[in-house]
Amino acid sequence: MPAVSKGDGMRGLAVFISDIRNCKSKEAEIKRINKELANIRSKFKGDKALDGYSKKKYVCKLLFIFLLGHDIDFGHMEAVNLLSSNKYTEKQIGYLFISVLVNSNSELIRLINNAIKNDLSSRNPTFMCLALHCIANVGSREMAEAFASEIPRILVAGDTMDSVKQSAALCLLRLYKTSPDLVLMGEWTSRVVHLLNDQHMGVVTAAISLITCLSQKNPDEFKTCVSLAVSRLSRIVSSASTDLQDYTYYFVPAPWLSCKLLRLLQCYPPPEDGAVKGRLVECLETILNKAQEPPKSKKVQHSNAKNAILFEAISLIIHYDSEPNLLVRACNQLGQFLQHRETNLRYLALESMCTLASSEFSHEAVKTHIETVINALKTERDVSVRQRAADLLYAMCDRSNAKQIVAEMLSYLETADYSIREEMVLKVAILAEKYAVDYSWYVDTILNLIRIAGDYVSEEVWYRVIQIVINRDDVQGYAAKTVFEALQAPACHENMVKVGGYILGEFGNLIAGDPRSSPLVQFNLLHSKFHLCSVPTRALLLSAYIKFINLFPETKSTIQEVLRSDSQIRNSDVELQQRAVEYLKLSSIASTDVLATVLEEMPPFPERESSILAKLKKKKGPGAVSVSELEEGKREGGELNGGSDRGADTAAMAASNASTPSPQADLLGLRSTAPVGSAAPSAGSLLVDVFSEAGPATPSAAVNDDGFLRFVCKNNGVLFENQLLQIGIKSEYRQNLGRMYLFYGNKTSVQFASFTTTVSCPGDLQSHILYMQEHFVEPLVEGGAQVQQVLNIECLTDFCDAPLLNIKFRYGGALQNLTLKLPVTINKFFQPTEMASHDFFQRWKQLSQPQQEAQKIFKANHSMDTEVLKAKLLGLGTALLDNVDPNPENYVCAGVIQTKNQQVGCLLRLEPNAQAQVLSHTHTHTHTHTHTNLYSCL
Amino acid sequence: MQFMLLFSRQGKLRLQKWYVPLSDKEKKKITRELVQTVLARKPKMCSFLEWRDLKIVYKRYASLYFCCAIEDQDNELITLEIIHRYVELLDKYFGSVCELDIIFNFEKAYFILDEFLLGGEAQETSKKNVLKAIEQADLLQESEDEYLSVKIFK
Repeated sequence: MPAVSKGDGMRGLAVFISDIRNCKSKEAEIKRINKELANIRSKFKGDKALDGYSKKKYVCKLLFIFLLGHDIDFGHMEAVNLLSSNKYTEKQIGYLFISVLVNSNSELIRLINNAIKNDLSSRNPTFMCLALHCIANVGSREMAEAFASEIPRILVAGDTMDSVKQSAALCLLRLYKTSPDLVLMGEWTSRVVHLLNDQHMGVVTAAISLITCLSQKNPDEFKTCVSLAVSRLSRIVSSASTDLQDYTYYFVPAPWLSCKLLRLLQCYPPPEDGAVKGRLVECLETILNKAQEPPKSKKVQHSNAKNAILFEAISLIIHYDSEPNLLVRACNQLGQFLQHRETNLRYLALESMCTLASSEFSHEAVKTHIETVINALKTERDVSVRQRAADLLYAMCDRSNAKQIVAEMLSYLETADYSIREEMVLKVAILAEKYAVDYSWYVDTILNLIRIAGDYVSEEVWYRVIQIVINRDDVQGYAAKTVFEALQAPACHENMVKVGGYILGEFGNLIAGDPRSSPLVQFNLLHSKFHLCSVPTRALLLSAYIKFINLFPETKSTIQEVLRSDSQIRNSDVELQQRAVEYLKLSSIASTDVLATVLEEMPPFPERESSILAKLKKKKGPGAVSVSELEEGKREGGELNGGSDRGADTAAMAASNASTPSPQADLLGLRSTAPVGSAAPSAGSLLVDVFSEAGPATPSAAVNDDGFLRFVCKNNGVLFENQLLQIGIKSEYRQNLGRMYLFYGNKTSVQFASFTTTVSCPGDLQSHILYMQEHFVEPLVEGGAQVQQVLNIECLTDFCDAPLLNIKFRYGGALQNLTLKLPVTINKFFQPTEMASHDFFQRWKQLSQPQQEAQKIFKANHSMDTEVLKAKLLGLGTALLDNVDPNPENYVCAGVIQTKNQQVGCLLRLEPNAQAQVLSHTHTHTHTHTHTNLYSCL
Repeated sequence: MQFMLLFSRQGKLRLQKWYVPLSDKEKKKITRELVQTVLARKPKMCSFLEWRDLKIVYKRYASLYFCCAIEDQDNELITLEIIHRYVELLDKYFGSVCELDIIFNFEKAYFILDEFLLGGEAQETSKKNVLKAIEQADLLQESEDEYLSVKIFK
């Protein structure tokens, strides 16, 4: 057994750990552990009261076993007992156990909170720190409820020790992150800001993390921190390397604090006060200058710490995006790093340059490094570095270098790592489209993509090339010729066959004059691939064939022959068989005129956001594609397809989109319009009408609860309206997923500035129940304009509270701030279930245990009109079952609530009576609180 | 920082610290996946990688890998030095630390970490101050041990 240098208190523990280490097999280890568990269990259960030391030892052993990866289901009580020991080490082990093995048993939580409360009020700084560490480590809602108001007091109290202040600051940060609603801003906030001036560097280091997080959410309340942060930073940057004693790290003064200060400043725009700004610019220049100085130490820690500050400073420079001189200097510095021998620096330089590339001031400077970056793409040995290089090439691409970059990326694709191919393909496709001056180049590029990396070419990519070819008649002949040539390769990718089938079916006539690509040659070429293809491709080819019959009457008999063959007309796949039968019939009975009308060339596709861009965004997550890039993409996209205006997109959004030209048009685009209007179940649109009559006629100005309740049974309408702003909602739900479109209309003639919206989930809604993804809104809303935002919603388990939507904007200088409940209620995830009377009663009986059943009597607020009530129940999302209940007065419904984790079946009966009271009675599977949640909807 | 993991070259987890609420199942899954990913990397590769929507920063010290997951806007290099400072703290406390020290005194490794990082943020970066706090606790422990040993020999 090795000498145990410290922690010599527990010999038994060391012996046990040694034993475990000596186990030769997993089985032996498990056996030894089980023996120990049995021993500990009997010790805990024994009659003899254990002394504190033994308790500590056993609790520590349990912890060790848990950390090995085994489950521990006892010992919590003993650990809690240790908390109230007045011996430091026992208390410490107790707290460690509780922090690692958090238990949700409410009785235990009460005891733990009690022990923490005692320690917090003990005035013993070591005990106070232990208690604060425990709260910070667990960070549960229960702890936030118990201590969120206490900790700010400790943090700002004049007599609190420095070490306690440090723990309190970060403890509060943790609670704020888990339960922001429980940490109330107040008088303490201004005093927290002043901790930036504290003479103890440790206190500043801890407090600044809290301040950064708080000012992201409440920028106005904390804005005084900017000048304080600048002066603190300035003092550090200009200090000699020895001034800060132990806070100097390898000759770099306070690197952690410097990074945190620079990070805090990134929560704010550049300082308005000229003096403060001047001082800050000076700091940033000093940091850039220092990067050029010879290192004070050869140790990598020295250069890492120094460069950590440098990169953070560059982030701030990019964030301000207003100092051309600093931006260019930053770019030059990063340029040097691109060829540094440290892989880490090359990686970070590539990453950081990506953001510099999007600034108008430094875009050109970034472009000068193109050769180095291309070289990195080719020669870096680490795939994550190559990935960064590819990202940077993508970011620095513009019209002037697009051909070079696309060519390099294409050639890299041939050997690229499988993990990044799909993303590379998307990027090449986007660049080719965005910067195409000449569309034959675009078509070549996409066909090359399919040839090189066919497996990674997603549907969006080949849909898109077809959309573009169809919308641009100057490229159609070239596309037909190129794809015809590409198909002649002996082994060509199925995606090539798809594109070939579609394009030749539409535009094969444009190359039919050449005897080498006569109609029959074209057909035979396509058909030679047929048997190698999957069902969807075959289906597409059959459509291409019938188009051929229209384009080239001379191919009719050959193609009819093919369609008539058993392998088509009796194909076991229904889709193929149906197409064969129908196309054959169509070609034999329809006149040429009819045929020409039915099989007319596809009309141009309506303009929309490139579905490829949407896919890339989805792949990278929101935020990965910068807003400006997206905007540019859209603009370029519009230009590309004949300049259809951007408003059309939104207009199409609002109107029902009935004229979708082909199934292909229904791409995965995030702004895909089809399901919203026309495709929504008719019950939904019916309800809009019913409710606009039945509900209050004028939308009330500020009372959102009213607006909220009206949305329980409907999906579309006006959520909020006042003199300035109108917020409309369209939403759709399918199974446990939902999508909500929010329309913000500026009713005034004046621009709204700094328009931001945030969705937050109160309480534990966020972590456990509802996931929401937020798409951006532009910060400026012109007078009379409407902007749109999309939210994706996923129901994980059932829930009660609704998410909150916070909207902030400046109207004529005054900050407007309002918070609305978003109408997301549990019933939105209902799937109606039809069932017969017999089934219904059988299930009703099966679900009659007390926890599965609930009833409630309430007074109806509105008149009990049968039709209105029926419409409401349908709007709830359930199926309304007729002829089930023997009493025709009663309403009976059934549905299944779809959550990600489970499906909860619900049966509902409403029994209205003459006094306009309603008795409602529900039976559900499993969850009791589902009842509560449902009733809150009712 | 979202979490920190210490594991050996054989893939054995030696220390885990989570700063975000996750289920045990999820923690195990993340650990398995990351240990595998990091161990598969070659020595000269860079210390950062993208993983899910997080950035992983790792460094190897002798037989141990120190691996941190940070968020998008966090600073990679300073995280690398957080790892180094933690190693320095362990080293100073144990006197040229090795993997065995961390195995046999895992609770100490946690205590030191808690003094250095809290809630995923640096709480105290001065080596002196962190060690002072830990040594104070040890002093308390030793006086208790004396008390205990007296009792045993009675």
